[in-house]
Amino acid sequence: MSEDTMIGAVMVIGGGISGMQAALDIADSGFFVYLVEKTGAIGGAMPQYNKVFPTNDCSMCIIAPKLVECGRHANISIMTLSEVIDISGRAGDFHVRVSEQPRYVDINKCIACGQCSAQCPKSVDDSFNSYIAKRKAIFIKYPQAVPLKYQIDPAACLRLKDPDSCGICADICPPGAIDFDHQPQKHEIQVGAVVMALGFQTFDPGKAKVWGYGVYPNVITSLQFERYLAPNGPTDGVLARPSDGKPVKKIAFLQCIGSRDKNHCNNEYCSAVCCMYAIKEAVMVKEANPELDVSIFYIDMRTPGKEFDRYYERARSEYGVKFIRSRIHGVEPKGGKGDLRLHYSSVQGKQVEEIVDLVVLSVGLETPDSMVKLAEKIGIHMTPDRFASISAFMPVHTSKKGIFTCGAFNGPRDIPQSVIGGSAAAASAVALLTSVRNTRTRPIAPPAERDVRLQSPKIGVFICHCGTNIAGVIDVSEVAAFAATLPQVVHVERNLFTCAQDTQDLMIQQIKNLGLNRIVVAACTPRTHEPLFRKTLKSAGINEYLFEMANIRNQNAWVHSQDPEAATRKAKDLIRMAVVKVTSLTALKPLRIPITPSALIIGGGVTGMTAALNLAKQGYQIHLLEKTSQLGGNALHLFQTWNGEHVPRYLMGLQEEVNNTPNIEISYNTTVTAVTGHVGDFTTTIRSGTSRKRTIQHGVAIITTGAKRYIPEEYEYGKIPKVVASIEFDKLHMHNETRVANGKSFVFIQCVGSRNQERPYCSKSCCTHSIQSAIKLKKEVPSRQIYILYREIRTYGQRERIYSQARELGIIFINYELHGPPKISREDTGVLVEVWDHVLHRPLEIKADMVILASATLASPEAVELANLFKLPLNADGFFQEAHAKLRPVEFNVDGVFVAGLAHYPKPLEESISQALAAAAKAGRLLARKEIALEPNTALVDPVLCDGCGLCIDTCPYRAISLVEYLDEAGTPLKTVAIDQVLCKGCGICQGTCPKRGVTIAGFTYDQIEAQIDAALMDALPTEVTP
Amino acid sequence: MSPEPKIIAFCCNWCSYAAADLAGILRLQYPGSIRIIRVMCSGMVHPEMVLHALDKGADGVMIIGCHPGECHYLTGNEMALARAEVIADTLEDLGYASERFQLTWVSSAEPERLVEAFRTMSGRLMLLRSEQQTSYAKKN
Repeated sequence: MSEDTMIGAVMVIGGGISGMQAALDIADSGFFVYLVEKTGAIGGAMPQYNKVFPTNDCSMCIIAPKLVECGRHANISIMTLSEVIDISGRAGDFHVRVSEQPRYVDINKCIACGQCSAQCPKSVDDSFNSYIAKRKAIFIKYPQAVPLKYQIDPAACLRLKDPDSCGICADICPPGAIDFDHQPQKHEIQVGAVVMALGFQTFDPGKAKVWGYGVYPNVITSLQFERYLAPNGPTDGVLARPSDGKPVKKIAFLQCIGSRDKNHCNNEYCSAVCCMYAIKEAVMVKEANPELDVSIFYIDMRTPGKEFDRYYERARSEYGVKFIRSRIHGVEPKGGKGDLRLHYSSVQGKQVEEIVDLVVLSVGLETPDSMVKLAEKIGIHMTPDRFASISAFMPVHTSKKGIFTCGAFNGPRDIPQSVIGGSAAAASAVALLTSVRNTRTRPIAPPAERDVRLQSPKIGVFICHCGTNIAGVIDVSEVAAFAATLPQVVHVERNLFTCAQDTQDLMIQQIKNLGLNRIVVAACTPRTHEPLFRKTLKSAGINEYLFEMANIRNQNAWVHSQDPEAATRKAKDLIRMAVVKVTSLTALKPLRIPITPSALIIGGGVTGMTAALNLAKQGYQIHLLEKTSQLGGNALHLFQTWNGEHVPRYLMGLQEEVNNTPNIEISYNTTVTAVTGHVGDFTTTIRSGTSRKRTIQHGVAIITTGAKRYIPEEYEYGKIPKVVASIEFDKLHMHNETRVANGKSFVFIQCVGSRNQERPYCSKSCCTHSIQSAIKLKKEVPSRQIYILYREIRTYGQRERIYSQARELGIIFINYELHGPPKISREDTGVLVEVWDHVLHRPLEIKADMVILASATLASPEAVELANLFKLPLNADGFFQEAHAKLRPVEFNVDGVFVAGLAHYPKPLEESISQALAAAAKAGRLLARKEIALEPNTALVDPVLCDGCGLCIDTCPYRAISLVEYLDEAGTPLKTVAIDQVLCKGCGICQGTCPKRGVTIAGFTYDQIEAQIDAALMDALPTEVTP
Repeated sequence: MSPEPKIIAFCCNWCSYAAADLAGILRLQYPGSIRIIRVMCSGMVHPEMVLHALDKGADGVMIIGCHPGECHYLTGNEMALARAEVIADTLEDLGYASERFQLTWVSSAEPERLVEAFRTMSGRLMLLRSEQQTSYAKKN
């Protein structure tokens, strides 16, 4: 389509973590984003979780910054209570119809004081708390919700049902935000691309009676358990039996509830996340109550992700969580006191009965009916498992061009995969719309800044009543009168709501009219509101850093509501502290550094090529380095994806496209020898073959160096010719070599070199790979005897279907344990395999014509040197360690460097492609900015006080400090330190270390902190007794 | 009744300051004589700042950072921990009871823990004050 008809805006449907990530990456790349969310607030499922695996991070703490970032992004419009009804048009120019339900609360007026909710007489079950608690008819979804605006549930509100009743909220709302006359609205929106991040719902175990959910109160879902454990949950993190409130002593987790199950539901697939979240929940509860007896009943423990197997092992060995391999088919009551009885057969074949206090059902993920209907209406193909149908080669593309998809709607997946998917979808949408970049974004051009350096401080203090939130506790007029007496304060004002738009306008006028050059706002917390007020200062033409907040709501009125006198005293102190600090603040300028608009991509496998192509389409120059003489990497050895797509054909097309893209420069036989510079401006030295070294300038780098395969040292590999590794077997199989063609009996051995002491991780793709080979062998000659010797079958997600198919075809699966591996010996013309059969409880001898070893994926040995050159961390297994396992899965703490593919961790092809696109999104997001503004609150050296002792150098976590030797005017050699302002993150560890007060953080200097201390203690009584 | 002990609490921007905000949202109550000073990292607080506060009449000083391993700046809280011992020793040398200084960890999701730490510190300083008064009275 012609470029002038393309629309430089994108709609993201779904405000969960995947959709939020897509929205942020797209908006920061120069496009306007409509983020459509069907509930009253964005955040999706993550805010409901207590902690996340495998880092045990508090879920809310890690998602909150993303929520705020979305909430205040100039180019993201959040549409809550909204659903997409229909999409028409085509790629580049879609027409979307959105239906918005009424909130009955004016979001421009609501200040989220919560008085409405406190007074509302109507309580209903709270879906956010998984129905184990109540909420009011007027409510916020959760305390940190974005937008933080109340909403009325029309199904619960008394007034909306009967105009003559209630209406208390409208009567008491301080800003008068309640409007019972809100009506549903329809919006027609034009966008160039659509990202569907529709999310999931958890399986309702009440549908099948066998687990007793909804019948026995002590049977709960894993999500309810999560809410019980959460400190912000309805029980403040205290776990008690729902039936009688007694302490819990024994818990059983039942896995695969609503997953891998054709009997009680149609969810044949594996939900991919439940094993890990069950382990996490078990660990959390054991951490709080070590004496608890916690068992997890499972079929296969599916922990194939990065650091997952270690987490599993720690749960078992350190926390004492019991893992019992058995599927539980039913829960019965035992006695009349709430106890529950489970019955199962043990691995030894014995019948066992367990009596427990609490049963937690690890419920699976599924696509809600409404989402399936929407997909059908738009014309998106779905899989039999009711997820979006996607090619492994294009893992975020739906069957309709220009409509992308990510998150659990693409198949059950965890948070990192959803975040990666969100970024990948963003990269794809951005590449499609590159020609109309920055055509729909709102420009941000502040007025010229007034130079106040030579002016004496003229401080304006704005004290917020926050309705009655502050003024109801603190004597605001007394505080205002006090503030007016403080030095340099020339103006004091009280506002009902200082953050309200009208007050902001007024503040701008006052700054201009009264010539104010420093502002103190005494209100809520700077963590949420400082950006808003800084923007106001900017609009008024004064430097945004000449600003300080006194936190008199969250950290005063609210926490001392029982002691108004103390609160008023404290408010005075807090304002005095803010005034002395703002007096000494100086104007700061963000450091702006230009970005070289090119990317260096190291590694020419599928991952590297995918990232290169995407960034090239985004319009950037790409340097693609390949250490061999051929593009393709490990994919050169692959034949098909898990869903049967042909890899060699795809690879050929990809190579051709990369070769034919003019702005991709490929260097073969090339390695990196040196790296200098920083984000936006790297200089990398490379050497190609025997030719001379040369340097490349680039703004960002992506590491896609892949991995290598393990050469087995066990199972007589290399000694018996009929024992081969799976990659070798694929080639023999393809050519129907005689060993394969004449073979009647084949044995696959899994976890060869994986999940052992030396390499305690799962190589992730081998189970699927072996089963696919086995199915092919069996289909070719159905009389073939095929055995797969495994430890756990990890056909996660929709791969479960091929496992089912293999069993239906008669392929025999035999479980073995790490301590009892199969034994291999030569016998006649074949191979004898001995293994303990856990079902028959006796040793089994298999005469095999071929033995195929599923060998591990190992970290690339070159990773060590590359990690050193770019100063990047590696994990214990030698793979690159990303900045954050959950929310920054392709980034490092070193800005401007990204990782994707096998260099990060073993994974199947489509996950590498997804991650490659995600890395491209992050790289593109940086490059789109053309220049980077760095936070100016960085370290500054006082050349007079610094004596160059260098103590700070080693303490700096960012290696931003270096020693400088120079001669003074008299020619005396002197030492000092220099701070690299780009590397410095402003933590101030140097300041805490310096014995000479020679280095200090702008905005947090020694003098400023001391002045705050003095102001805080000015009224302190002299210590009564000082020995 | 003697006034509540004055406490200067250095809270890091990423964890404890956020927890202090959340304590407000949850309407948790703690003594009104605690003054929070926001710093970027617990590792930013120089030992001299602790001494300065005590010299200026603070009954106690707290530094509250992220849990070990969760520092926003990788290792800042480790630095704070390493300094804490030195601070405690120095205080004793200067004649301040080392109980008047406290380093503790609170994540952004642990407002209860923060409030508990405030209450404990306040109680401890009260006790210390009464002990000192008693011994002072005995001496005289």
